[in-house]
Amino acid sequence: MSVDKQTVAKIASLARIKMGDEQLETMVPELNNILEWVEQLGEVNVDGVEPMSAVIPNELRLRDDVIDADPKTAGGRRDDVLANAPAAEHGFFGVPKVIE
Amino acid sequence: MSTELTKLGVKAIRDGVRGGDFTAREVAESFNAAVAEAAALNAFIVTTPDHALDAADAADKARADGKELAAMAGVPIGMKDLFATKGVQTTAASHILEGFTPQYESTVSQNLWDAGAGMLGKLNLDQFAMGSSNETSFFGNVSSPWQKSGSNAAMSPGGSSGGSSSAVAARIAPAATGTDTGGSIRQPAAFTGICGIKPTYGRCSRWGVVAFASSLDQAGPMARSVEDCAIMLGAMAGFDPKDATSLKMDVPDWEAALNADLKGKKVGIPKEYTMDGTDSAILDSWEQGKAWLKDAGAQIVDISLPHTKYALPAYYIIAPAEASSNLARYDGVRYGLRDLPEGAGLQDMYAETRAAGFGDEVKRRILIGTYVLSAGFYDAYYTQAQKIRTLVAQDFEKAWAHCDVILAPTTPTASFPLGSLNDDPLTMYLNDVFAVPASLAGLPAMSVPATINSDGLPLGLQLVGKPFDEQMVLNAGLAIQQRSGFDHAPAKWW
Repeated sequence: MSVDKQTVAKIASLARIKMGDEQLETMVPELNNILEWVEQLGEVNVDGVEPMSAVIPNELRLRDDVIDADPKTAGGRRDDVLANAPAAEHGFFGVPKVIE
Repeated sequence: MSTELTKLGVKAIRDGVRGGDFTAREVAESFNAAVAEAAALNAFIVTTPDHALDAADAADKARADGKELAAMAGVPIGMKDLFATKGVQTTAASHILEGFTPQYESTVSQNLWDAGAGMLGKLNLDQFAMGSSNETSFFGNVSSPWQKSGSNAAMSPGGSSGGSSSAVAARIAPAATGTDTGGSIRQPAAFTGICGIKPTYGRCSRWGVVAFASSLDQAGPMARSVEDCAIMLGAMAGFDPKDATSLKMDVPDWEAALNADLKGKKVGIPKEYTMDGTDSAILDSWEQGKAWLKDAGAQIVDISLPHTKYALPAYYIIAPAEASSNLARYDGVRYGLRDLPEGAGLQDMYAETRAAGFGDEVKRRILIGTYVLSAGFYDAYYTQAQKIRTLVAQDFEKAWAHCDVILAPTTPTASFPLGSLNDDPLTMYLNDVFAVPASLAGLPAMSVPATINSDGLPLGLQLVGKPFDEQMVLNAGLAIQQRSGFDHAPAKWW
């Protein structure tokens, strides 16, 4: 499988990365080289093989059913959460108008 | 005195501070001065001399008060700029996180501070840890302290932990943290003549580490000896309830159990690791490594890891897929860069911000990841790659019936000049061909220096162990270290 400029433009749009014509044209052969190289995976017989989901066997834990079990991930830290926001306003994240 | 102190590693500093041979403050001042002199390496994005001094003073005071000193008390280290450090800019070497100042400390860095270590600064890396040469950083290339004999061309320190490898090899830090997703600790360690170990997936908490590919990312130490790695890994590792994949297991005392006597142990030599394009000097060092481990009492056995050649292409589907998802968080809303052209809406803001904030390699991987996860291609690419990941892991499981540890080269070549492999991303990816299989299987793996080649550049050997058996990896590494007698240091040009 290979990609053309239109497909790359579609992927870039899905990934929310603005790309000009020149950049798209550079990406097409680069992505195709990589995709062509990974094609070799198709030659492996994977009948009956489960896709890996966890690399090291590990139980899924439940945390203690208490409020603010770990202070580092607890609530009540609005100012910390907003400290690095490019446009925090009135205790919220500011974004451009989305509703007319 | 002060240049002598910068020649010391973790163990020597720890023991010297404990024994009163010198103060932790003298050590921190020496390394701070060495860091300040080494701007030409571009190993650090920011330096934090006060952090190192404060930790040193705390260690000296604890000693004066007659208290027992912690495992890393008085040891100043470099911190890869992928770990969130409270109040200190954390960028992942990207423009999109430039100026980001975490309000919290990553678990691994907190563990190190709790063990008495101090921070010399935040180390440069490939942007979002994506790269094998440290040429994708927004903050410029890192140079290796090593140069080819008779040349002053800037060489690659490897990547992505290239600031870490450069700083430790240049003796401007006794040790540094690294992270390894597909070889990012081992390959730079090999390129710069130092040691680096990636533990079993889950040993070190990922909480507060900027995510690249979550099922692969694992932190580990980089230092100049196996003993130093054992000490520092002990300080970094441990169960963390804030990371769902953290291993709920005790951390062994790896340092205390170090033992280079390999009698009764079997070392596997995978036949598939003899690939076209591998330097003959690398193959020679592999032979030498076998002889060293045999001398240490081990039995050498041939093994087969049949899916080795498929590991790297599978990795270049799985890692970008996870990255495309993880990096969706950089949206110009919550932290980092925002690029909002006049009159632009929300969607334009996302696209402009990400176009301005991500470097080319990061964009390339996000696009690949988005493509292989998209409707219609998901099964052909992503599911197929995850099945092959299972087969790669099964290869290792079968091998453990025949051996206790695996010996292989770390990289197919020695370091290369900066700029020499930039034309083709694929050629660059092949650097990690020997490192990626252990990453896909989540296994502990280490690179230790073996020798220097005819160009005067270091070569590394790789040891891969069973899950949770970092000890065997470290022990075999120690056996090699004792026999290689590797004590080459780069000539200072910076």
